[in-house]
This record gives sequence, structure tokens and C-alpha cells, in this order.
Amino acid sequence: MAKGRIEIREDRCKGCTLCALACPQGVIVMASDHVNAKGYYPAMLNDAEGKCTGCAICAVACPDVCITVYRQVPAKTRPSAAV
Amino acid sequence: MTIELLKGNVALAEAAIRAGVEAYFGYPITPQTELLEHMAKRMPELGRAFVQAESEVAAINMVYGAACTGVRTMTSSSSPGISLMQEGLSYIAGSEVPAVIVDIMRGGPGLGNIQPSQSDYFQVTRSAGHGDYHPIVLAPASVQEAIDLMTEAFDLADKYRHVVYVVADGLLGQMMEPAELPPMQPLRKERAGWALTGSEGREKRIITSLQLNAPDLEAVNLRLQFKLAEIRKREQRSTEMLTENVRLVVVGYGTAGRIAETAVKRAREDGMKVGLFRPITLWPFPERRLSALADQVDAFLVVEMNAGQMLDDVRLAAGGQVPVSFVGRMGGVVPVPEEIYDKIEEIYVKLPVRVR
Amino acid sequence: MVEEKVVYQRPDALCDVPTHYCPGCTHGVAHRLVAEVIDELGVRGRTIGVSPVGCAVFAYQYFDMDGAEAAHGRAPAMATGIKRVMPDHVVFTYQGDGDLAAIGIAEIIHAATRGENITTIFINNAIYGMTGGQMAPTTLPGQRTTSSPSGRDVELTGYPIRMAELLAGMPGAAYVARQSLHSVKEINRAKRAIATAFKAQLAGLGFSMVELLSSCPTNWKLTPPEALAWVEQVMVPYYPLGEYKVTDEVRALTRKQG
Repeated sequence: MAKGRIEIREDRCKGCTLCALACPQGVIVMASDHVNAKGYYPAMLNDAEGKCTGCAICAVACPDVCITVYRQVPAKTRPSAAV
Repeated sequence: MTIELLKGNVALAEAAIRAGVEAYFGYPITPQTELLEHMAKRMPELGRAFVQAESEVAAINMVYGAACTGVRTMTSSSSPGISLMQEGLSYIAGSEVPAVIVDIMRGGPGLGNIQPSQSDYFQVTRSAGHGDYHPIVLAPASVQEAIDLMTEAFDLADKYRHVVYVVADGLLGQMMEPAELPPMQPLRKERAGWALTGSEGREKRIITSLQLNAPDLEAVNLRLQFKLAEIRKREQRSTEMLTENVRLVVVGYGTAGRIAETAVKRAREDGMKVGLFRPITLWPFPERRLSALADQVDAFLVVEMNAGQMLDDVRLAAGGQVPVSFVGRMGGVVPVPEEIYDKIEEIYVKLPVRVR
Repeated sequence: MVEEKVVYQRPDALCDVPTHYCPGCTHGVAHRLVAEVIDELGVRGRTIGVSPVGCAVFAYQYFDMDGAEAAHGRAPAMATGIKRVMPDHVVFTYQGDGDLAAIGIAEIIHAATRGENITTIFINNAIYGMTGGQMAPTTLPGQRTTSSPSGRDVELTGYPIRMAELLAGMPGAAYVARQSLHSVKEINRAKRAIATAFKAQLAGLGFSMVELLSSCPTNWKLTPPEALAWVEQVMVPYYPLGEYKVTDEVRALTRKQG
């Protein structure tokens, strides 16, 4: 299974919950112990077991472009004199 | 160059073309439609933009769009259409992009009629859309002067990044007179630094009249007021005839000014010391020259084809030093020289003995 | 050895600034899709956007390209003026339903029937958002708003306007589609339609518009997820999704790219 990770810009999040609901792995949760500068409970990645596949569904759902999505890809084995 | 017999509307259109107008957007309305028709033929020939819009509201907003790209652009209409353009003009003024608009005035209010009138004076000089500003307003009295002022209108619009009106009435728009057109100016290739030309290789540019933050909008207004003060200082224009040591000066612009000229000449022949003062810029009103005249004369007589609108500006300029009376016709009725002559005479005989 | 690659991020054509839209409002999604398409087509440097009056009045702040602010309803006229003097530039209007389907309906119809080579992104959220939730031309029968407090009564106010179908009938329209933003699947479909619309413009094929069903949690008095559900369950039945006008030339364009 592909391995992925997301970064959520907490300062931009408006706590609309759409990413959390869209995430097929259910690894996005809404914070409940703190709010951002605008007073919203931001979304957070909660993926201890590393289930995120980097599918980017959350980023597509996000109306405020808060999420950057990374995916781990096998490093290309470079031929010795490639450059 | 050659003298041609030209209809006012056609002369205005061709003068604009020779001044390098790149985009015309208009709508049919008597008595200015020949201007649009001339553009419909000529602009495509020259590879320039022409659109007959679905309404004057759309037309003025097309002008606004083209103006934002820094090209010379214009529209033309008549009184009811000009009313529809008010909002667009206010946006254009608020975002300080240059635009030229021709108003061939007709009888009003309402549908009114298609006869000549000057009853848009307040609309074009005072309430040309909401907000604190005045357009520059030029008022020709002949086809030749219409050509000259049309050419200047684009220069003034660019110079001050402002809205410039050229106003005449149905009579001037419809009549033909010998006149000479200027040579064709080349289209300008370079665009102003504020123009929307695509942000390739530079920071993006925004043109808007929206300033939600009040101090920001006040700053825009302060800049506008400074500009208007500059215009008032530098661009006041008028012409006059027989105004040395006279007792009464008749004040009239455009067609009314021209008809008054005949009446003034007759009155002179009959021994009355009368002169004529003809404003060319309605805004900025030529108050400097008029108030100077107020020191030398005993009265003003204002002649207009409306209920008396420029009358207010003449009173302001006269500053209460001398009485200002009025003669005019409404509803598209064009006054004849005799009517003006009779009023001159009526006033002249009652003038106070010269006290100075 | 494993490397980490960015697979999704903010498109360059979208400024890195917070927006003023309410939480869960899909205006933000629409902005991002337009920006992504403009980046993918590589035309940002020669694109000029025209903002409406409405919630999206600040759209020009969010797009990193030249922009102008039109009077309410007049964006298509303003875009006409821009495009006519700069035919090699990409010009689009971004408008809401009050702006396009009420005060500006003459301008949009005539831009379409003139075959004006511009693209319109039309956000249909069945309400006037910026002014606080009044009935719009697209407000549904029975829908409560601040100016239809007991629910829109079609006897008094008439019926909501289906703009996609209306403009599809215009000979000058090359591509007209209605999509929705109520789910990720629909958002991806919406992006394809937006791409087609801009490609139609680039190919000089005439007027293109994409109507996007969009949510307004604040004025609908629903939570963001409930609002998206409302779009799907209540709006879509009245505003069926799909491509309502696709000329052969436009179809040829999209088939080429597969």
C-alpha cells in the first residue's frame, strides 16, 4: 500500500470538517483541545498507524487549500554517471 | 487637408478614429445613432473593436473593460442612454481609467423626444453617477469645434486618467457643416503602467473601485479631489465676443451660445453695449474669466435650452456682484434669435445707471 | 531508500492568502479548480479575471493574475471589452447567481449569443450570500431566505432559472455545462468541465460557461457537511448535472486529449 502524509496549515483551517469526513482512512480529526488564531478548531492528521496513502482526497475536499499531500515513492536507482 | 461637408455625429466619430480610439461600444438612440453607424463601418475596416451592445448599461461596462487594458476607448449616447450609463461612469471614475463619452442631448425628462436640448447639464457636470467626482465636460458649438474637442477629449482622458464628456445636442449632431478632419494618429503600442495586460514577467495588477476600508477609500477620494482641483486650475476654457466695455454679457454654450451670437450682434447694431461669453468646458466651468467679467459689467443673461441649469454656475461665478437673469426653451424647442434679442432689450433698458 | 514527493499542493495561480469565505463554502474549491486549470494550461501570464459583486467580489485578491472588479452583473460586458481589444489573452468572469442570473442576465445572454470568446465560471448557491441570505433567481421553490421568509412561493416570485439550459440554446455558446462541488468525485468532474471551457476559449471556439452548484452553509443555516448534502439531495434534482452544449469542435478538442 502506498504510504503518504499530509500537512495541514492550522492557521488557514476554518474547522469545516469536510476533509475529516472525506478521508477514506479516517485519519483526520478535528482538534478539540485548541483553536487557531481565528477561533476555529483546526483539522489534524491522527495517523499513528501510518494508514494515510497520500490519496489527496482531503486536499480536493478542502475549500481553503490548507492541505499539502506527500507520498513516499521508491527512490529511483540512479545509474552511476547520470548527470 | 481638405474641407468637407460633415454631419456632426459623423465628424465626432471620424475625429475619434483619427485620435486613435481602439474600441467603440454603443447602442442605437436618436439623435446620435449616425455616430455608432459610422463606427460600425469604419472600426472593423481598421481592425479595431466595435460592439453594438445589448444596452447602454452593457456598453459603458464594455468601455470600462477596454479602458482597464489602457487602450483609447469610447461610447456615445443620448440623454436617456446617458442616464443608464451613470453607474458605469462612477466605476470608471472611481478606478481612474481614461474613457471618453459623447452625449448628444435630447428633450427630456423621460422618453421626452428627439429634438435638441441641453437639459443634461446637471447630469453630465454634477451627477454623472454616484460619488464625489465631476467628469471633464467639453461643449462644442460647431462641427469643426466638435472635431477639435473630440481629439482633445482623448488627450485629457489619458492625461488625467479620467472620464471626459463631449456634449452637444441633437441639432449639432444632425446638421452638416464644412469642417476639416485631422490626420490619422497611429495607434499607441505601449500601454500605461497600470494597465491590465497579463501579469507575465511582473506582479499582478488589479483595477477596482472597491475599497472596503474607509481610510483607503478616503485616500482614493483625496487623490480624486486633488486631480479635480488641478483640472479646475488648468483646463477652464471659454471664448467671448464683443465683451470690452459692455454693460450686459449674454452667456450660452453649444447651440444656445451660437444662436445668442446672432441676437448679440443685432443688439450691438441697435446701439446696445452687449457681449457674448461662451463656455467651452462646462466642467471645469470657466468661473475665473466669468467672475473677472462680473467686475466690468452690470448684468448677465444666461441662455439655455433647458429650465436654467448652467444658470447656477453663472450665479456662482458672478458671486452676487451683478444680477443674472435667464431666457430659455425646454422640451426640445430651439430658441430663435428674436426671443433672445427681446430679452436682451428688456433687461438692457432696466439696467441701473452706470455707477462706477 | 524511499523518497517523499509532493502529490498535491496550492496551485501557483492561487495566492497564498487566507480567503474571507465562510467555513465550508465551496467558493474556495471553485477558485482552486480555476487556478489549477489555468496553471495546467500554462496561461496565467496572459489571463485576466473579472470579479463580480457578491461573495466573490474579492476573487481578484485570490487569483495571482491581472484582475478587474466589475459592476454588479456586468462582468460579461466588461470581459467583452477586455477580450475585444486583447483577443490573444485569456479572459474569464467569475460570477454568483445574483450577479449572473438576476441583474446581469442580459449581459450573460448577449455575451453567449455573440459567441464572445470568454469563459464564465458561474457559482449557483441558490441565494444572495454577501448581503446576508436573500432569495436569488436560483432559490428553490419553498426555500426559506431572508426575503422569502415563509419559503419561496412560486405564485408570487416565479420559478428558479436554469442557466445552463438557457445558455445552451445560444448559437454562440460552444460549451455549457453544469457540475457540482458537493463531493470529491463531483469536484474532479467539475475540474474537467472547467478545463474544457478554457480549452474551448483557447481554441477560439466561442462562449463557454460552467455552472457550479455550490454550498452556502451560513445562509442556509446548515453545517458544511449538511450543506453539501443539501446540494446533492435538493439542488441537483432541480439542476441536473451534465454537459448541455458541446459543439463538435469542442468535442474534438477533448477527445484528442483523451
